[in-house]
Amino acid sequence: MDLPNNSHMLAVTGLSFERYFERVFEPVSFELDAGSLLLITGSNGCGKTTLLRLLAGLLDPSEGKIQKEEQPLYAGHFPAIKDDLSVEENIRFWMKFMGTRKSDQMDGLCEQVIEEIGLTPVAQQEGRTLSAGQRKRCSLARLLFCDESLWLLDEPYSNLDPQGIAMLDSILKTHLTSGGACIMTTHGSLRPEGFDLQECHMISGRERYAGEAA
Amino acid sequence: MSKQATGTAFVALLRRDFLLAYRRRAELLQPLVFLLVVVTLFPLGVGPSPTLLANIAPGVIWIAALLATVLSLDSLFRSDFEDGTLEQMVLSGQSLALIALARTVAHWLVAGLPIVLLSPLLAMWMNLPDEGLLILIESLAIGTPVLSLIGAIGGALTVSLKRGGQLLSLLVFPLYVPLLILATSAVSSAVVDLPYTGQLGLMVSGLIASLTLAPFATAAALKLSLS
Amino acid sequence: MNPIFLFFHKTGSPPWFYKYSGKLIPWLWAVFLALTVYGLYLGLVVAPADYQQGESVRIMYLHVPSAWMSMMIYGLMAIMGFIALVWRIRIMEVLVISSAPVGAAFTAIALITGSLWGRPTWGTYWVWDARLTSELVLLFLYFGVIALYNSFDEPRKAARAASLMSIVGAINLPIIYFSVEWWNTLHQGSSMGSDGPGIHPSMLLPLLLMATATKFFYGANLLSRARLTLLKQDHRKRWVQDLLSKESH
Repeated sequence: MDLPNNSHMLAVTGLSFERYFERVFEPVSFELDAGSLLLITGSNGCGKTTLLRLLAGLLDPSEGKIQKEEQPLYAGHFPAIKDDLSVEENIRFWMKFMGTRKSDQMDGLCEQVIEEIGLTPVAQQEGRTLSAGQRKRCSLARLLFCDESLWLLDEPYSNLDPQGIAMLDSILKTHLTSGGACIMTTHGSLRPEGFDLQECHMISGRERYAGEAA
Repeated sequence: MSKQATGTAFVALLRRDFLLAYRRRAELLQPLVFLLVVVTLFPLGVGPSPTLLANIAPGVIWIAALLATVLSLDSLFRSDFEDGTLEQMVLSGQSLALIALARTVAHWLVAGLPIVLLSPLLAMWMNLPDEGLLILIESLAIGTPVLSLIGAIGGALTVSLKRGGQLLSLLVFPLYVPLLILATSAVSSAVVDLPYTGQLGLMVSGLIASLTLAPFATAAALKLSLS
Repeated sequence: MNPIFLFFHKTGSPPWFYKYSGKLIPWLWAVFLALTVYGLYLGLVVAPADYQQGESVRIMYLHVPSAWMSMMIYGLMAIMGFIALVWRIRIMEVLVISSAPVGAAFTAIALITGSLWGRPTWGTYWVWDARLTSELVLLFLYFGVIALYNSFDEPRKAARAASLMSIVGAINLPIIYFSVEWWNTLHQGSSMGSDGPGIHPSMLLPLLLMATATKFFYGANLLSRARLTLLKQDHRKRWVQDLLSKESH
């Protein structure tokens, strides 16, 4: 067993993933420490989502290694919201299922979370009635009640309005200053503002094949 | 990381499933109506002769139960898969086998148990002699959980496929063969006053075996479907 | 490195597998041919006809080995599938999905020959005899694995799903077999009783020869299929490109 030789929150070496017997993206390596934000950029289809799913543990790497201290929190494209449950019921279920920081104050915490993500007016509405932006906000509620220190956010700004973006930025700032870390993907149009960030640009496997052939 | 206690998560999931089932209660009726329709077709197809119907009753009721169960299996994991709930559950650190078991238990309570409760009506329609009625109910009570447990493996394997329904039945029907044989023979034996405890005993051991093994296979299939 | 692990690691590499299986295949075919010719000669010419069933008993030399193979291959698929899933060895995934059509073909042969054998014996092509019924269920199990494999887009995901299904099926297979057997005695069906203890040595030898021959056939066929699958899957990879350029020179 190789143990992480230092205190990186996450260390990735030569990581790649194959689909249809081709690399989805060229191998990437990076380290992430507490308090840092890593932005993963690249064109559509270059494997950003695949990388996050690998880091989350939903996929197994074809090459390379991921060393992580603990299970990260993953917020993907799918909001994990049930159409037949109200916003409050949805959030409450995930709180019960995943556990919260303060499990004894679940009721208060639930209200507080809904307030923070700005969904108080629609708290009793069913999931099906939410707009895309409201869904996104609802799925981001997990950031507020789970205590994972590493966050993996896949296109977190998509569908959010300016207030939503500001809300996410402020949640993120609190997380980073309290010793958390975050990896975030973006295809370029929306980037986090006012953060001290690292950037990792991804190249799709196909692009490289095309480059070799030329 | 403060992982939620397993029992609490299990109960939370069961409660959510019942709430969802309640909100969609009209859909729950579909497999049951299907069951009634299928059984109705038999007297129409083979004629209303009471002795003939009594002879084929155990088989007809059991096959109808099989069909109705498979019909409801396709949706067992589908909505959780499509809206991202399943991937969050996998990442929650809770045992995936336990999550699969909770879903299966919920499935049996809303889809299997009603079949057991409807069986006296079906037995009456099919002119099953009274001696067989109790055994029919018992065999369904032991057998339908097995149908759910084994079927969940198929549901998990086909959940990422666009049209998994037909494939699902191809996968699970052969696996149901032993259960069908044991259950129908138990009921037929009871009707002619032959011993049937052996068959029921084997069905119970089948239930225990599938209760301990099937959730792990389902979990592996779910993990695979998400990859 | 652990020698056993090293062995698996090497055999797990497609170029290595391609190279050495290619050397093995002609030998497998040769042994298969020799055994089949001798076995069929003994079975069809030398062995006596059955005193009850007459000449029709000779279909046994094809039927019984095929039935044995159909079960054995499904069991092997489950074992290889287990290795494929646990240690993520790609060759094993390829072997599982390459086995399925061969196994299904043997099952179909067992069914067809059994049905042809049934015609003179029972006077009808199909009787719900225990062995035929469990072969039929087995054929459906094979169809399930093959259909599952074909339903996925990504070949490795497909192969892993097929592996998992064959494990689940193989656990059920003995239960299916015994329950069908029991069901058959329950309904007093007829049974072919061909390979009872009283089988004459002159019939046993060709039967065993054919049973061994079919195993070599499976080996040769399986390796050829697996090689073809590997070539197709890796057609963009360097080792296949190298192979192709060597061939063309």
